[in-house]
Amino acid sequence: MPSLKDLKLRIESVKSTRKITKAMQMVAAAKLRRAQEAAENARPYADQMQVVLTNLAQGVANSPSAPKLLSGTGKDETHLLVVATSERGLCGGFNSSIVRLARAHMSRLLADGKKVKILTVGKKGREQLRRDSSNLLIGHVDMSEVKRVGYANASAITKDILRQYAAGEFDVCTIFYNRFENVVTQVPTQKQLIPATFEAGDAGADSTHYEYEPDEGAILADLLPRGVAIQIFTALLENGASEQGARMSAMDNATRNAGEMIDRLTIQYNRSRQAAITTELIEIIAGAEAL
Amino acid sequence: MADTMQFDLVSPERKLASLQVDQVQIPGMEGDLTALPNHAPFLTTLRPGIVSAKSGSEVTEYVVTGGFAEITPAGVSVLAEEAVLRGDLSTEMVDRLAGEADTALAAAAEETRMAASQRVRDVAELRKSI
Repeated sequence: MPSLKDLKLRIESVKSTRKITKAMQMVAAAKLRRAQEAAENARPYADQMQVVLTNLAQGVANSPSAPKLLSGTGKDETHLLVVATSERGLCGGFNSSIVRLARAHMSRLLADGKKVKILTVGKKGREQLRRDSSNLLIGHVDMSEVKRVGYANASAITKDILRQYAAGEFDVCTIFYNRFENVVTQVPTQKQLIPATFEAGDAGADSTHYEYEPDEGAILADLLPRGVAIQIFTALLENGASEQGARMSAMDNATRNAGEMIDRLTIQYNRSRQAAITTELIEIIAGAEAL
Repeated sequence: MADTMQFDLVSPERKLASLQVDQVQIPGMEGDLTALPNHAPFLTTLRPGIVSAKSGSEVTEYVVTGGFAEITPAGVSVLAEEAVLRGDLSTEMVDRLAGEADTALAAAAEETRMAASQRVRDVAELRKSI
């Protein structure tokens, strides 16, 4: 049975924990709003890019001169997995769910006898993957200094990936991130970046015949890398919003749990205080009667 | 016939402009061009340069670093890699672009050398408009 003083100290400590989690929740809520705005601002560009690329790709896809980014290397040997996670913890199952999806994909590939390389973005995913597949990690992008994900970050990652692709170091590239559904739901998603894939039916509504300058092939060669960059950028932004959403709900839970714990401890504290008073009274009465 | 058309200027990070204009001048990869309403569908990549949108007597100018423009009869959308108002163009930005262009030229293969040196010239041109 803990003493009254112990209980009092515990209550105080849980109270200060609750203050911290409450504050973190509010900070996450503010950051979430900003992250969502950023994701929404990027949408017109990404949508437009997708439409144009789909249009272009349909024209060129089947010709032998199609760029390698579109048609692939013709092999399916080495896979590059880009695993985008957060830099900070305390955001519930956010990082684990991405890593779990990436691991499932990885073991499927390894079982098929393919080679796997992993590029991590964000510290937390790297820490988790390093435990069992450190030999597959080929690189890491540190985002801890980055306050706000900008297009420049995505474009730097893309340059690195494209350089490796040009050097023939992998054949297929897939990115893993959390798609932001709403504050409580984030969906771990995988998306193939290279060779570029397009959702069929995207272009259906907008199949105008354009004139191109320079010619279709050259434009496509110019735009495909940008298409990859914008997809990575979108993924990073979605991930950022998801991270804040996940942290917000995790911290909301923590705050509620702390509240429940305080209630329980307070009841226990009051009971033992009453018990102590009762004991004292009995002792006094018993002492008086003995006289 | 419509006298104005929709003009959208978006960069990956935000939408810079969305308005009705009379004409838009675009630094196309193979030369500047001006789009009027009801232009034939046209798609071009951009050089670093100045996009200017004219609406009545009002002209708004933006500096773009590259990207592409889609022209349809109903309007023009410019998808710029990076875009700022002309007045906001800074020496640092031009310096950075010049640096990038120079490195690209140094690393360019024989067949892309022309384009790379053109880019260096375009950036130098841009410096004059600060």
